[in-house]
Amino acid sequence: MPRIFLFGDNIDTDQMAPGQHMKGGIEALAAHCLEGVRSEFSSTVKRGDIVVGGKNFGVGSSREQAAEALKHLGVSCVIATSFAGIFYRNALNLGLPAMVASTLDGIEDGAEASIDQRAGTLITNGRTIALEPIPENIAPMLAAGGLVPFLKQRFQGAA
Amino acid sequence: MKQTLAQKLIARSTGAAAIVGEVVTANVDLAMIHDSGGPRRVEPLLQEWGVGLWDTSKVVLISDHFVPGDTEEGARILTLTRQWAREKSVTFHDGEGICHVVLPEKGHLTPGMFVVGGDSHSPTGGAFGCYMFGVGATEMAGVLATGEIWVKVPGTILIEWTGRLNPGVVAKDMMLQVCGEIGMDGGQYQAIEYAGEAVRALSMQERMTMSNMAAELGGQVGLIAPDETTAAFLANAGAPEADWSDLHTDEGADLLAHHKFNASTLPPQVAAPHSPANAMPATEASSDVDVAYIGACTGAKYEDLAAAAAILKGQKIAPGVSIAVAPSSAQDQQRATNEGIMKIFEDAGARILPNACGICAGYGTDRLGADVTCISSTARNFKGRMGDPTSQVWLASPYTVAASAIAGRITDPREFL
Repeated sequence: MPRIFLFGDNIDTDQMAPGQHMKGGIEALAAHCLEGVRSEFSSTVKRGDIVVGGKNFGVGSSREQAAEALKHLGVSCVIATSFAGIFYRNALNLGLPAMVASTLDGIEDGAEASIDQRAGTLITNGRTIALEPIPENIAPMLAAGGLVPFLKQRFQGAA
Repeated sequence: MKQTLAQKLIARSTGAAAIVGEVVTANVDLAMIHDSGGPRRVEPLLQEWGVGLWDTSKVVLISDHFVPGDTEEGARILTLTRQWAREKSVTFHDGEGICHVVLPEKGHLTPGMFVVGGDSHSPTGGAFGCYMFGVGATEMAGVLATGEIWVKVPGTILIEWTGRLNPGVVAKDMMLQVCGEIGMDGGQYQAIEYAGEAVRALSMQERMTMSNMAAELGGQVGLIAPDETTAAFLANAGAPEADWSDLHTDEGADLLAHHKFNASTLPPQVAAPHSPANAMPATEASSDVDVAYIGACTGAKYEDLAAAAAILKGQKIAPGVSIAVAPSSAQDQQRATNEGIMKIFEDAGARILPNACGICAGYGTDRLGADVTCISSTARNFKGRMGDPTSQVWLASPYTVAASAIAGRITDPREFL
């Protein structure tokens, strides 16, 4: 069962993809992802886990590696009360679902949780929390793993 | 239902009502790419997908980042760019100026279009009533392959300027003031719209400066409702006629925020290193300058050149100060030459650089050296962007850059008017 990693407001792209490790490639970035706010994050996060933040998640630079580092670590979904616009674009285009929650009440760090992306629900601790569902028109892109694999399927499937 | 200009523009591109917060798939009317983020980055993806361009008539390629090819890498990239343009038969403006200035100048934009640009200053097209924004190379490759892009319908942040600008105060000063007030994240990646008496009174090139710097506010777009000024500029540029009568935000439409500013009381502004948000009146800044730079899509269009020349005419620049001018486009430089403006720069000892992004983007051989203090008519003064990390860049209007070159220190240009 996926677990929740709960963070605060204004988690920035430098926290997810620290500038000093940019030259090390995605492995190095992922190893240091979010270490400034939670040193054990990259060593304890498991495939399928869910990252939850407050407002303005992904603020900062336009670097795609912020979302890529989370995806590389196996994070299955990012939930926040609001996202910085460019991070939101990058996450979805890289195949990392980013979903908006109207409230984080009832979301507890370390708790088990499950998500229904199409219905827009997070179920945790016996509660159901409403999320904005993944828009229908970009669901196929997310299912394919992002824009690049999606277009590869689309054009090579049609050939 | 009352609609914002942003909603109307997106609705045109999808054929359905645009509801704020919804993610929709837009049909792209035009894609603009340049030599840096263009062919060399998108072609490998197109090949991976095994697909060509969705519509060669809707792609405009402009070389501006590596022009004039004065480094080995730059020359190689320009060769690749030119070869791609021939192979794909797309419209190509080679060495004619900076993409954001060349695109409307050559009549490629008309109000109501949905346009994607492969550069962060793409909001410039919003000055013409186009929904135009910048994307990275991967998304651009997707647009070139499909003609589509997804967009989350934004809320609108209205920036209203009442009153009239005083002589020596220009759009650049307005934008530095806004950057200082609402900050570089004030735009929240939503739609910024500029309105009010002072905006209506601006020429198209001045409006372009406003929309251009929506990027520095963190907005997705920087829109200005088209009017007779827009129509006259575009007719002169040879653009097809468009019906823009409905392209404005309806009275009473829901806004995310509404900021009000007064042009009548605005003094010339500068922004201290290393952020456009470090804005203050020029009279409150105290710094000597080594280099004065008139350049970029933001600050070297014809009207920017004319403003700087009005200050420099008959004056000598301060000993030890060097001045460089990189006109935004060949067409604007030609007009400035015809009117004696380039002669004023030459008489002042200015170096005239190519019609390209040049120092502003940190390209080429003219980058700023260690510990150099520069006053610049460009849009961004991030640490190290224009050269050595120890260089210090102040942002200002072309008027203020010219006045500071004469005085050798940051100076309110109204002393020279």
